[in-house]
Amino acid sequence: MNDSALRIVWIYPDLLSTYGDQGNALILERRARLRGIPTEIVHVHSSDAVPVEGDVYLLGGGEDRPQILAARRLIADGGLKRAAERGAAVLAICAGYQIIGETFGDDKDNPIAGVGLLDIRSGRGDRRAVGELVADVDPALGVPRITGFENHQGRTQLGPGTTPLSRTVVGVGNGDGFEGGYAGHVVGSYLHGPALPRNPGLADLLLRWTVGEIPPLPPGWGERLREERLAAAIG
Amino acid sequence: MSKLSLRARLAATLGLSAARLSRATGRGDGSVIGGRVALKVEPDVLAELSRGRQLALVSATNGKTTTTRLITNALRALGPVATNEFGANMPSGHITALSSDLEARNAVLEVDEKYLPMVLSDTKAAVVVLMNLSRDQMDRASEINLLAQKWRFALRGSPAHVVANCDEPLVAWAGLGSSNATWVAAGQRWKEDSWCCPECGGHLDRSADPHWECHECGLRRPEPSWVLDGDTVTDPHGRKHELRMKLPGDANRANAAIALATAAVFGVPPDNALPRLREVTSVAGRYSSIQRGPVEVRLLMAKNPAGWLESFAILDPPPVPVALSVNAQVPDGRDTSWLWDVDYTVLRGRKVFVLGERRTDLALRLDTDDVEFEVIDHIDQAVAKTGTKRLDVVANYTAFQQIRTEWGRVT
Ligand SMILES: [Zn+2]
Repeated sequence: MNDSALRIVWIYPDLLSTYGDQGNALILERRARLRGIPTEIVHVHSSDAVPVEGDVYLLGGGEDRPQILAARRLIADGGLKRAAERGAAVLAICAGYQIIGETFGDDKDNPIAGVGLLDIRSGRGDRRAVGELVADVDPALGVPRITGFENHQGRTQLGPGTTPLSRTVVGVGNGDGFEGGYAGHVVGSYLHGPALPRNPGLADLLLRWTVGEIPPLPPGWGERLREERLAAAIG
Repeated sequence: MSKLSLRARLAATLGLSAARLSRATGRGDGSVIGGRVALKVEPDVLAELSRGRQLALVSATNGKTTTTRLITNALRALGPVATNEFGANMPSGHITALSSDLEARNAVLEVDEKYLPMVLSDTKAAVVVLMNLSRDQMDRASEINLLAQKWRFALRGSPAHVVANCDEPLVAWAGLGSSNATWVAAGQRWKEDSWCCPECGGHLDRSADPHWECHECGLRRPEPSWVLDGDTVTDPHGRKHELRMKLPGDANRANAAIALATAAVFGVPPDNALPRLREVTSVAGRYSSIQRGPVEVRLLMAKNPAGWLESFAILDPPPVPVALSVNAQVPDGRDTSWLWDVDYTVLRGRKVFVLGERRTDLALRLDTDDVEFEVIDHIDQAVAKTGTKRLDVVANYTAFQQIRTEWGRVT
């Protein structure tokens, strides 16, 4: 890996990439590049070792079986945990969000061990949450209201070591009035697929966590899309 | 068809007149409404209507309508063929199709992926044709691995002859549920949904494409008896046939190869089938060219990442511009995340117009791939601004239907 560039590590696109998860890597790269920060996207397949020296790690959504397989391989590999311990930023979506917790449910809701980056436990709800979601982010993070699409049956309980990412305005999220969770530079969310394209503020949070203060960008298509989707969801 | 019960006959008659009514009142192609009425009157009518006939069921994520049309054209060498040619691919549409031609000995039915097990069980179809499975409308469709599992289970309990694409791991695994299969090497451009073994979840070794193999459980690509290579199909006797289709692109060459293999199962040899496949120039308005003033416009419908990838591969070269239109209504899927699974960099250096109800999503996506574009509100603006005599349009389902409706149901 190039050590003068911002290294974006996409974990297991072969197992965890269901809903346009590629968008998160692309938008991080773009928003870094627009500020003159060189970037490198590293695809790590499930047969590869996870590099420890990345700056931002991305995990996407996946179906039941790939999710369990991915969790097993990440635990056995250990690279992601070591990277998070040395302060790398992690964004985990849907199945990925559940994987980075302590446990998650399989198709019969039996608990499966997660990687343990977040103090959360996930299981299955009674019905699938499908639709647009709107939520107000923890003010400590300085990220404006977020919006996205959720499509999951997960319910997630946060332990004392993890802070809710946001308070749900529209949608289900964790299932208890909150959506997502974070601790240090590790963040998880049910806003699937292109969560960062639809929320430039969230993308910039990850960049701030890795490179420090960054100059603002003039509003572009991402800001416009966010406003359009907020208006459509709130009415 | 004297075996048809009186009630089934009645249902068929009712269905037909409702279809006529629907056409007369301009509410659509008539193919869905007719069957909906019939289903209420006689639940077993599909089984009744299928009895004594040779049926082929055609299912896939992409190319169902086209392949159904190609097989139908080929089988007409044997006489009349009943078919749901307007893409009404659920049981109500099948009833309308079968009841509108009671004399046809052969029938070819396009079947929605989710309905395939049920329709197979109801119709006892002789042949099942499977082309591909990929991510599609995921806010409501079931996960495709689950779908493949249901296909596999349905085929295990059926004597049907399967004709399937062995280059698609999920489809091949489903087809291996049958003990009677013809494998066609028809290729696979979209691979993002098949890096995992459908049997055990292990990593699929695809380094020797088109071969694929799981080193954990041993599942591997079945040996094909029909092989598509470029524009040439090699049949089980080793004879080579040049396709020279009017329909464009690799996806349609794959559909044609599968249609040839299916026709052979019905007893129509390639030499007889191929000229009939070449007659097909447009399917339900897709691939058709429309003259709008001085501009010849070609309409391509693509509903999911695999479909968009295939469409980009058959665009006219620059300077011919392309208009992309995306909606997110219920039939399209309410979620536009899939836009991020498509690689748009092939559009760089080309004039691109963006429209549709979700044009802002598309604009951000193209911007991210450094593709220049112009946002417009109406397709006629693209026609007015082409600067050439041609325009290609790629649209997803309802966006495509909107353009067709505005321009007067072009077929
Ligand atoms: Zn396997």
